[in-house]
Amino acid sequence: MTSVVSRRDFLKASAVLGGGFALEFSFPVLSRAVSGGPSTEVNAWIVIHPDDRVVIRIARSEMGQGTFTALAQLVAEELDCDWARVSAEYASPNENFRRNHVWGAMSTGGSRGVRTSQDYVRKAGASAREMLVTAAAEQWRVPAATCTVERGVITHHPSGRKLRYGQVAAAAAKLTPPKDVTLRDPKDWKIAGKPLHRLDIPDKVRGKPVFGVDVSLPGMLHASIAQCPVFGGKLASVDSRAAEQMRGVKKIVREESFVAVVADSWWRANEALKALVVQWDAGAYAHADNASVTAMLREGLDAKNLPQARKIGDTAAALQGAVKVVEVEYHSPYINHATLEPQTCTAWLKPEGFLDVWTSTQDGEASMIAASAASGLPLEKVEVHKMMLGGGFGRRGGPQDFVTQAVLIARAMPGVPVKLMWSRTEDMQHGFYRPASIVRMKAGLDEQGRPVALHSTVACPSILKVLRPQALPKDGVDPTAVRSLYDMPYTIPHQQVDYAMRNGHVPVGFWRAPGQQNAFYRECFIDELAAMAGQDPVAYRLAMLKAGDKNRLVLEAVTRAAGWGTPLPSGRYRGVAVADGFDSFTATVAEVSVDEKGEPRVHRVVIAIDSGYVVNPDTCRAQAESNVIFGLGSILYQENNLKNGSIVESNFNDFRLPQMAEMPVVETLLVPTGGFWGGHGEPAILALAPAVCNAIFQATGTRIRSLPLKHHDLQRHARLGDLAGVA
Amino acid sequence: MLELLINGRVARVDVEPEMPLLWVLRDHLGLPGTKYGCGISACGACTVHLDGQAVRSCTLPVSAAQGKKITTIEGLSKNGLHPVQKAWIEHEVPQCGYCQTGMIMTTVALLEAHPHPTDAQIDEAVTNLCRCGTYARVRKAIHALAKS
Repeated sequence: MTSVVSRRDFLKASAVLGGGFALEFSFPVLSRAVSGGPSTEVNAWIVIHPDDRVVIRIARSEMGQGTFTALAQLVAEELDCDWARVSAEYASPNENFRRNHVWGAMSTGGSRGVRTSQDYVRKAGASAREMLVTAAAEQWRVPAATCTVERGVITHHPSGRKLRYGQVAAAAAKLTPPKDVTLRDPKDWKIAGKPLHRLDIPDKVRGKPVFGVDVSLPGMLHASIAQCPVFGGKLASVDSRAAEQMRGVKKIVREESFVAVVADSWWRANEALKALVVQWDAGAYAHADNASVTAMLREGLDAKNLPQARKIGDTAAALQGAVKVVEVEYHSPYINHATLEPQTCTAWLKPEGFLDVWTSTQDGEASMIAASAASGLPLEKVEVHKMMLGGGFGRRGGPQDFVTQAVLIARAMPGVPVKLMWSRTEDMQHGFYRPASIVRMKAGLDEQGRPVALHSTVACPSILKVLRPQALPKDGVDPTAVRSLYDMPYTIPHQQVDYAMRNGHVPVGFWRAPGQQNAFYRECFIDELAAMAGQDPVAYRLAMLKAGDKNRLVLEAVTRAAGWGTPLPSGRYRGVAVADGFDSFTATVAEVSVDEKGEPRVHRVVIAIDSGYVVNPDTCRAQAESNVIFGLGSILYQENNLKNGSIVESNFNDFRLPQMAEMPVVETLLVPTGGFWGGHGEPAILALAPAVCNAIFQATGTRIRSLPLKHHDLQRHARLGDLAGVA
Repeated sequence: MLELLINGRVARVDVEPEMPLLWVLRDHLGLPGTKYGCGISACGACTVHLDGQAVRSCTLPVSAAQGKKITTIEGLSKNGLHPVQKAWIEHEVPQCGYCQTGMIMTTVALLEAHPHPTDAQIDEAVTNLCRCGTYARVRKAIHALAKS
């Protein structure tokens, strides 16, 4: 195979430490860096060394969700190799392009890592296993059917002869891959389905340079960036005279919508950036603020002839004929991803006309396309080196703004690698935010208080319109804007969901479980209706779920595990919610108290998830814990406000993250029923906010119809006695 | 030229005295295990030890570290086998891992001061921010270390 940018041409960078001793490290730091000696690529996914070490290539990005390990487990399960000898490395985006997408999709989001690649990665493992066995059988001149494999050792039973994978890998690679392979029944799994240690953790606890911000190359310079504070605005002028005189400063890069300083350390670049006198042309949205966003959404709510995301029965007639009609509005603010590693990308425009890019990306191929577009180089001359992500949550997939910027900066510094890293303030104020939205829900009830009709109108910016316009359906209904409403499992006979796409100028993006605010609206409103009907919220929901619906199963499982209906310590109250998404089913019970000052506290969260199959139970539990803390920040205090066209919040002092003391006890029940493959990265966030807010209603009698909770005076409503509550 | 004692060795570096220690470590001395998260001592990703005390290096001028023993994650142990690092692996603490080197440095200092910390002591000492939600496992690992 000819290679225009050899991926094995690993850069050895040595950083001299003060008194003359050196730390040496290479990129990537995973197995490629340590693999010596001749190795064999049995197929695109599997490389086997003569000493039996197996390297499994992973196409999806690792951002803490454990996909690196789970996908390796699936391959290793079918390969029948020794897990103790397995390591994983990223597949190269450039090679994926040149090898006709042999690794499939690299895009990592939507909790898709396992659920949409499990089939072909398992087949890759099974196919390689068959080739290895065939190679051994051919060497022995025996039928392959007389051989078995255990942990990478092939045995010919009649003779007792043995060969190791490392001994036959080279011969196996020359064979034609089998047309069909049989995959193992998950009930027979030995490597998949087990809580194995994650492959990426040892390097991370040792502080190895695995992240995008850790890239270090010989002669590399550093860049800090300032983008127009008003989204869509342009750079008007820059007075850089003072900055140019500052120590270590190499270049001021002026582009249409940003200015960057390149220096010999990031701190020097950033200090010089502060010394620039910059004039911006703010553009049309210089006066946009929270009120103008609300007005935009309200106009959408009242608009006529909106596209319909769901229409079952005749909702208008059913509402007219209802015994009672209840109408409510819920709303949510913009929220940033705030990955702890700020956006970053290193770009090196080489004199030979190649471009190398190192970045923390959720989509290596999207990074490659962005780098190609920004450099003007064809894709085959661009290599993206995927690094570990210091958090992703949807920020680093669709938007590749940081890659485009790094390449533009590198273009101004040809031949010199430049690492761009955003300051925290840039990161806070130039995100692709969870959309702000308002939803109006109108329910028609029968004499028993059961809903016969539900009409929801969603006013919300479209993420697809911003990031993937080609994926937006023709009717203009963005599924991420109507999630949990247009696919609601409740058997309400008349349902209508209208969608008002109102976009504004604030960029929106895929924020963990895009559209999850709708699960908050829906599950809180259902709770309101249950309370009005004087019914237990679990029973009320179960009455609207079909027999066999997996939502029923997780709801029943979680209420049992949480002790629903049993006494709680004084001052604690329960709330419940159920929601499905990303092909998994999730139900949550939260236990909450509100103290005399009105401060809410979430003590315990019990979550039941049916994802069909579970590849690494420990990682799945970790993702449930992750969804709880990620969701909790948005429930308690996170929001991004808009003033003068710009985001107000600037850092973690005004955009709080929950701390250790706020972490509730999280109990996760994995209840896989088989027959389908669901995700784990996002589902558990769906039912969290409604479960917490429904518990707050029990504690205070106050219905929470907007978040964050910091805007609600819970003290005023805190219950003195134990009023009628069903939980 | 400033002289610093880092991970048991002397390093000489020609930087401004006001440059935060974080950037001297990351960009001038090739020690990237210490992370930038906020630049205002809010998140703790930049935590290192100064004479055994956990400090946030993103707001600490390098001049203030002169004459003190600086320990970074790279110097915490040989081969990353400090008991806290081992416990982090055993309990699968990290998710993305970005905040974890700071979390580990904070924990090491906590356990030196309080070998058997209460939950309240953990809450008070480990104020590092984690966006992924590893707090429950951090606490579990600390309690396991206290027992051993």
